[in-house]
Amino acid sequence: MTADLLTAEALASGYGPVPVLHGVDLRVPTGTITAVIGANGAGKTTLLRTLSGMLRPSAGRIMFDGQDLRGTPVEQLVRRGVAHVPEGRGVIGELTVAENLRLGALWRRDRRDAARALDEVYQLFEPLARRRRHLGHQLSGGERQMLALGRALVARPRLLLLDEPSLGLAPRVVAQTMALLRRLRDDTGLTVLLVEQNVRSALAVADQGIVMSLGRVVLAAPAERLRDDTDLRHAYLGF
Amino acid sequence: MDRFLFLTLDGLSRGAVYAAFALALVLIWRAGRIVNFAQGAMAVAAAYVAYSVTAATGSYWLGFAAALLAGLLLGAIVDIAVMRLVDHRSPLNPVIVALGLVLLIQALLGMVYGNEYLPAQAPMSRTALTVGDTALLSPYDLFVFATVGVVGAALVWIFTRTAIGLRMRAAAFAPEVSRLLGVNVGGMLTLGWALASGVGALAAMLVIPTELGLHPHAMDMVFVSAFTAAVLGGLDSPPGAVVGGLGVGLLLSYVSGYAGGDLIPLAVLALLLTVLLLRPGGLFATVTARRV
Repeated sequence: MTADLLTAEALASGYGPVPVLHGVDLRVPTGTITAVIGANGAGKTTLLRTLSGMLRPSAGRIMFDGQDLRGTPVEQLVRRGVAHVPEGRGVIGELTVAENLRLGALWRRDRRDAARALDEVYQLFEPLARRRRHLGHQLSGGERQMLALGRALVARPRLLLLDEPSLGLAPRVVAQTMALLRRLRDDTGLTVLLVEQNVRSALAVADQGIVMSLGRVVLAAPAERLRDDTDLRHAYLGF
Repeated sequence: MDRFLFLTLDGLSRGAVYAAFALALVLIWRAGRIVNFAQGAMAVAAAYVAYSVTAATGSYWLGFAAALLAGLLLGAIVDIAVMRLVDHRSPLNPVIVALGLVLLIQALLGMVYGNEYLPAQAPMSRTALTVGDTALLSPYDLFVFATVGVVGAALVWIFTRTAIGLRMRAAAFAPEVSRLLGVNVGGMLTLGWALASGVGALAAMLVIPTELGLHPHAMDMVFVSAFTAAVLGGLDSPPGAVVGGLGVGLLLSYVSGYAGGDLIPLAVLALLLTVLLLRPGGLFATVTARRV
């Protein structure tokens, strides 16, 4: 059993006086894909925002690679090896494709590896190389997805946090994205925590599924059990 | 015709200063969605620093450099010590605070230096060179053009070619995403304030010797003109600020040349009103692409 790259214990957070997460526990083993699934308002996005420090937890703790992440400023997180692709993917529409990608690697001291990572991203996502000089808002949904993922990858993260990568994308693009995540996990040992409403696509690639409801984790199980165990699926996922 | 040519060149020289000052307003607006009404007062404070340094050392250029430095520092201080603490949820809050800052700075300057005009020397002749009988530009006008040109080019270079410029643009467009990508957004905002205030100080250094002299209120009218220029250009557009600045400079030069200098404040306000009524987005307004 590999060690856990990320763990959260009794995590609570919310917006002002409104609590959203109530005592969330989760473990993300190194080199695996974990899918957090649940209905709207289950607290999935809040969970990611709390993990990456954009929301301060009101209780509990977050351990990343043996270090407590609480109190780490958001802008330091990527230097620790955590890349967060936010909901709606956060491509900066006013900047070009090349600028968006450069931005993802600006903090890196190892300029040579940063340049290599950039080349790899252009190879991985061929359409981006062709549209280098186009502004972010001129891209199609699928291209934005590539750009957001590519921009996260130039940081060479150890943990990738993805918020609804399938949102607004054609099924084929979703399938490509999921296949890419699996390939990255297998080839580079990338650990992924993704939040999804598209349960089938998410469970198709995930190693572990975490079901959230009303701000709590109601079930954490191997993804294949969630996929194949009809009773479990009926009980927790409603299909 | 000679008169027209002279007024045009004089207006462009004046307009270059307005352009620089408008550019400073645009920089802060783009970085933090604040119209910095305190910019005139901050720039005057920097000019007083130059006055003190020049008085102490006898060198205009040391004073000039000190003003730029003081401008940069003052901008950073205003952001860190004042603007960061203001609740930005209502756009009115930073405006009121900036107006308060104007009163504070002008009162302090009045207490330290007195509320009378101090002489401000230009570093070179302000007598226009003549070709034949036609009065053209003075060496000082050329200095103004060159300085504003260099600063404008430097700003373009910083924002489009350097890593720090990319960070500043990203931080302004998408603060949250930028933080996730490791950009120190607060630091970029402070840097934006410093740059803008430095450019404002430069504009003050250029314009004050062409007016009555150094006074806590010396930049008030320049601020109104430059603000009009920035609004004319769309407040969001650096090229717009430059074109707006030159346009306002020309207009004021013609008004004072053909109709009388007393009408300048009226002309500026009339222009501001016209722009706000007819084209509130400015001449260079682009449709906002971001509604995410």
